[in-house]
Amino acid sequence: MSTLVERTWATLSPLTDPEIPVVSLRELGILRDVTATADGVEVVITPTYTGCPAMGQIEDDVKACLAQAGIPARVVTRLAPAWTTDWMSDAAKEKLRAYGIAPPSGTRPAESVVKFVRRRPPPDPVACPHCCSTHTVVSSQFGSTACKALYKCLDCQEPFDYFKPY
Amino acid sequence: MNAPVDYLLHLADNAVVLGQRNAEWCGHGPILEEDIALANVSLDHIGQARLLYQLAAARMGGGASEDSLAYFRDETGFRNYTLLELPHHGPLVGYAASDRDYAVTIVRNFFYGALMVLVWDGLTRSADADLAAIAAKSLKEARYHLHHAADWVVRLGDGTDESHARAQAAVDHLFRYTEEFWLPSPAETEAVAAGVGVDVASLRADWNALVDETLAEATLSRPTVRGYVPEGKLGRHSEHLGYLLGEMQGLARAHPGATW
Repeated sequence: MSTLVERTWATLSPLTDPEIPVVSLRELGILRDVTATADGVEVVITPTYTGCPAMGQIEDDVKACLAQAGIPARVVTRLAPAWTTDWMSDAAKEKLRAYGIAPPSGTRPAESVVKFVRRRPPPDPVACPHCCSTHTVVSSQFGSTACKALYKCLDCQEPFDYFKPY
Repeated sequence: MNAPVDYLLHLADNAVVLGQRNAEWCGHGPILEEDIALANVSLDHIGQARLLYQLAAARMGGGASEDSLAYFRDETGFRNYTLLELPHHGPLVGYAASDRDYAVTIVRNFFYGALMVLVWDGLTRSADADLAAIAAKSLKEARYHLHHAADWVVRLGDGTDESHARAQAAVDHLFRYTEEFWLPSPAETEAVAAGVGVDVASLRADWNALVDETLAEATLSRPTVRGYVPEGKLGRHSEHLGYLLGEMQGLARAHPGATW
């Protein structure tokens, strides 16, 4: 059955995020696992943000893709462990940058909640995806989608999205 | 170990009612960036509510679904904090019209956000594994909600004379409603005893520290409140919830099972 599992991974590999069509579901860490079952495969996906409207589309895309390839599959949504931007590969981050979205920095909300909400500038500056300057300011903590913040580069003056650490 | 259904509904109703209330700003935000930000925060809240309703419905059985819980319960069935159903303006009778005041929106989001980072953090250690999984996700989102609200509390409070006065009026109006956070409901008491819930009273010192720090930076003062404790989480609501639910539930009740 391992060949069917391998075939499933290969079949799903071109599927991308509906909102960010340059990174694949696997690179984003949404596609978690594929296992063999008695009558096909089980595919595990995990949601990014709880309210992300792309999740329904992603599940439909996975099912349609496997149906077209003739692979009998069950798609399971699993919440734990919670999705994190740490699962994003370096290659995926580079694709985001090339697409004009600053990738998540290494800084994640600190363990201590109280510390995190103190209003301090983030320790890791966000680099402009266009000119790489770190001379940037946040315009809004929620951008075009919940997972992004809106920034502005003070050097090249371009606005850009920042994929927030989650 | 499963959390009591009423406890899940309390958490879900909080999220759905604030999500619905804040969505009123969609297309009417004071500036474009805030219009988008509030809509995204609402999306997170409705997403959290959906996960909690799905969990509650699965455990209730008997044909319950996320839709039946959101759209087909009446206001006395809702277990949300009264704070979250209040309109975006100062005290008025329920049917009076008033312009929305963004200071009320922000201060409410701040008080609730400061509570929920602590609640979700505690619930990541819940003995109810399904609830803990929802909490782990919700905590990440609540941190951004609180950060957003706290930023704006400071910008409004330490802004112009007009924005300061409106932010202070919002704090004075809403603070009394936070008293409801600290008096445990029977569902909360049961959840704590079973090791699946968070003891709200234990969060009070941290909440005070968060709130006091931001209010001080915002040059806002904290009012003294005593006496009145709202009982929204016991199903006894202000007159405002019925209007909110009327709008939220109207379509689903007029066209049961409608899809598009």
